[in-house]
Amino acid sequence: MKNQSISNNIDWISIIIYTSLVILGWLNIYSSSLSSMEDTYQKQLIFIILTIPLIFIILAVDGKFYEKYASIIFVVSLLSLAGLFLFGKTIAGQRCWYAIGSFTLQPSEFAKAATALALAKYLSDTQINLKDVSKQLQALAIIILPVLLIIPQPDPGSALIYSVFIIVLYREGLPSWYVWTGFITILLFVLTLVLEPLYVILIGLAVIIIVHLKSRLADRNIVLSSILFAIISGFVLSVNYVFENVFKQHHRDRFNILLGKTVDMKGIGYNTNQSEIAIGSGGWIGKGFLEGTQTKGGFVPEQHTDYIFTTVGEEWGFAGSVVVIALFAGLLLRIIYLAERQKTKFSRVYGYCVAGILFMHFFVNIAMVIGIFPTIGVPLPFFSYGGSGLWGFTILLFIFIKMDANKVNEW
Amino acid sequence: MRKALLPSLIILATSLLVIRIFYLQVVDETLKLKSENNAIKKKFEYPERGYIYDRKGKLLVANQASYDIMVIPRELKKTDTLEFCQLLNITKEDFIKKIEKAKIYSPRLPSVFMSQLNKSEFAAFQEKIRKFEGFYFQKRSLRDYEATFGANIFGFITQVNEKLVAKNPYYNSGDLIGKQGVEESYEDLLRGIKGVKYVQKDKYNREIGSYKNGKFDTIAVQGEDINLTIDAELQKYGEELMINKRGGIVAIEPQTGEILALVTAPSYDPSILVGRQRSKNYTELYHDSIAKPLYDRGLLAEYPPGSPFKILTGLIGLQEGVIDENTSFFCNHGFSYGRGRFMKCHAHPPAQQLHNGIYNSCNTYFAQTYMLAINKYNNPAKAVDIWSNHVKSFGLGQYMGYDLPTGKRGKVPDSKTYKKIYPNGGWRSTTIISNAIGQGEVLMTPIQLANMMATIANEGYYYTPHIIKKIEAHTIDKKFTTRHVTSIDKKYFKPIISGLFDVYNLGTARALKVEGIDICGKTGTAENFAKIGGMRVQLKDHSIFVAFAPKDNPKIALAVMVENGGFGATIAGPIASLMIEKYLRQKITRLDLEKRILATSLQSEYAKLGGLSEKVKAQLRISDSIKTQKTIIPTAKVKSDSTTRIKKVI
Repeated sequence: MKNQSISNNIDWISIIIYTSLVILGWLNIYSSSLSSMEDTYQKQLIFIILTIPLIFIILAVDGKFYEKYASIIFVVSLLSLAGLFLFGKTIAGQRCWYAIGSFTLQPSEFAKAATALALAKYLSDTQINLKDVSKQLQALAIIILPVLLIIPQPDPGSALIYSVFIIVLYREGLPSWYVWTGFITILLFVLTLVLEPLYVILIGLAVIIIVHLKSRLADRNIVLSSILFAIISGFVLSVNYVFENVFKQHHRDRFNILLGKTVDMKGIGYNTNQSEIAIGSGGWIGKGFLEGTQTKGGFVPEQHTDYIFTTVGEEWGFAGSVVVIALFAGLLLRIIYLAERQKTKFSRVYGYCVAGILFMHFFVNIAMVIGIFPTIGVPLPFFSYGGSGLWGFTILLFIFIKMDANKVNEW
Repeated sequence: MRKALLPSLIILATSLLVIRIFYLQVVDETLKLKSENNAIKKKFEYPERGYIYDRKGKLLVANQASYDIMVIPRELKKTDTLEFCQLLNITKEDFIKKIEKAKIYSPRLPSVFMSQLNKSEFAAFQEKIRKFEGFYFQKRSLRDYEATFGANIFGFITQVNEKLVAKNPYYNSGDLIGKQGVEESYEDLLRGIKGVKYVQKDKYNREIGSYKNGKFDTIAVQGEDINLTIDAELQKYGEELMINKRGGIVAIEPQTGEILALVTAPSYDPSILVGRQRSKNYTELYHDSIAKPLYDRGLLAEYPPGSPFKILTGLIGLQEGVIDENTSFFCNHGFSYGRGRFMKCHAHPPAQQLHNGIYNSCNTYFAQTYMLAINKYNNPAKAVDIWSNHVKSFGLGQYMGYDLPTGKRGKVPDSKTYKKIYPNGGWRSTTIISNAIGQGEVLMTPIQLANMMATIANEGYYYTPHIIKKIEAHTIDKKFTTRHVTSIDKKYFKPIISGLFDVYNLGTARALKVEGIDICGKTGTAENFAKIGGMRVQLKDHSIFVAFAPKDNPKIALAVMVENGGFGATIAGPIASLMIEKYLRQKITRLDLEKRILATSLQSEYAKLGGLSEKVKAQLRISDSIKTQKTIIPTAKVKSDSTTRIKKVI
């Protein structure tokens, strides 16, 4: 009886897109695994099969469970991240995994869902008004706690994802200057790296003077403008300082390659160059399944994980790439649509978090693979090889699908 | 408003991704090319080159296996280095150096450890190769010469040059190609067609299997065997006779135009251009600019033909009707023409008719004939052109179209030639009279001389000389079975042939008669000069002899040219008669003559020109030796100045 009601209310569009992405992902992992001796495609198949009971459990659990236990789930998740420093297994310099037999589990993949639940729980309290600075700080604290535990692993890619929660908070009433500040910060950062710091400061000065002169006389505040200018100058100079002195050489290289300042196809530019070659060789319709020469040759490093999209580009061409991108965009927009029609704030915020997290992964990953974002380790949801990632994203998505299916029952 | 931010970002980001991917996949073509270079490698399978046989089916050129020992440094295991070095006869230092070199190239990829070992060098190692992990061998096919002669005929195999790689899509850098001789002219047949395998590579450049299951692969096609028209015995004998001499012998079968022998001296053992010593030896041969062992004198050396050309002067005189076989001219040790000019002739009985004019090689007789032929027309330009066309109908003054890659046109002057020399006109028959006796502007290569004799033997026609007799699965070019007819009527050849026959009976080659074989021949001598130490020095004359035999139903026509050999009858004549005897009888009766010729060395004459050191000669097995060092760089130049200097021509 209960199952009946769930299957009636469940959002089949999301599930169809999810299933398509998982299957397409596995096909591409299969193709890219042929170049290596590893049996990654078999393992991934096991991971996929294991998601089926996982999904049934998530859907079977009472809809109220997640809201009720959000805090506990969050605390457990934080503990699992902290536990890495004691029991974690180091792979390629990163202490991100627990080893369980021959399998490894990456708690940061689950922490995203936990953080989303915690944030939703916190914001669902009707007492919370994000116009209030103390509430803003509390909300930010929920986001920053896991980030503080993830950065030292080090896993900057996972940490980067958490920045998307700002957009969720904005949706729920965070003052817009947060978003503007974030936007201007990113803009200044990029400009500082592309241009000389002095030019960026001069541009900033010009913009401030124009805004100052254009505004009504009563609104002109020479002190505020001066402070703004001082902040911008200070930021630009510190970005420059941090980039030159705090960043490690490989970080600098990643930015410089992206900006076209460094050309080194065999050394540090190898990954990006090879992935661009692989994708570029696909043409309109690609070389066909299992026919990708770059894929078979294993030219693209980490192809079955972070660079899985190169296989799509090479073997399925522009047509296949667009299909995959459209599936992602469709899923994201669908989730937002579903989120907006939620009756409770908790499930709306959570839905927004799901869309935001998936969006960040999708955009950062593909942008990196096609050379418009610096190299950073972020998997492509449902596509990239890895059990933790697949399960993490599945849990993230299906908790929301369960909430969405439940909304009718609540009334 | 707040609701719109995330959806807007999603749509914006998605568009950005699609635009960038569109640029990468559709707009930027360079990435496609990069991927091909990256991942697909063409591997070639080289077929064995076709064998080369002589006209009787004797194997001359085959193939031998050679072995490259390869090493993959990363796969090396601890081995008994001492045993390894002993097997390959190298020192431990060599071993270490070679391994280091291979490591620098790539630790993962195979590099050549030792190249082109022959069977015996390789045999001992082969048994033990399994003990040495990281090493393996690659078999290659090299030429194996069953003959120590014929280097100029065969040519050699070398790596294709980059220019040709760019021009001819068949060849890839590092491919082998035939150069010179039949290896070059029949390259397409001999080499076969190489097979192509497309191999998928990985990022380490290692092979990981065939590309698209071999859909585009092709199978190698074996090279075809060919038979040459060369008679191996005759060729070998000719080269022996030419030891310690420079020059060429060309023998042709008149009825077919088949080249029976093509000798150039000095020559070299063809096997020195195979294997590990190839490039070193080739450089030595190439840089010997004096003896020019790589220069095929039979095909390339242009000489004034001298007296043999009188045959054509006589034939043209008959054809033009200015003489008949009974026409006689008076000769008194020479011939006055023009204002006080005199062409000397040697002492011979007077009362010259065409018949004894030929066998006495009378300058006066043919100079008169030539003058009559030119003066027959009012206009010397027209007359010279008519004469020139007669001469050219013998295949002279042009590339003959034979199937060897090198050649020279020779030279037959016509009115244009003289217009150039005398832009103001004023030239007439007396100006160009030395053409009559094969001096002047006329130049011929030995193969042209031989072909001229074949044409005379055939009484007025010839087949383009050629060296291909049979091709395994093809027919030979039609142009070699097409008869070329001269502009001289058949009837005029009879008196000329009988004159040439009496050269042996009564004339300049009396001493060279072979009992039982009717030979028709003609001696010749060409003056030549060289610049030695800045001075123009007259060297000993080139010795020339042309002949065919037997007189009735001729089987062989040949031309012999010996540089600085003196009178035609002293060296070239005996060589011609020995060659004829060898070919028609397969054995030599006049052993003392043979012995004398074999023993004759002109090295002291050649020493004047300079040349390679003794040591280098020995290394190269070049069949002549010169004692002087390379100290002067002379330019051997054959005289071709007709108007001012005409001396004795025998």
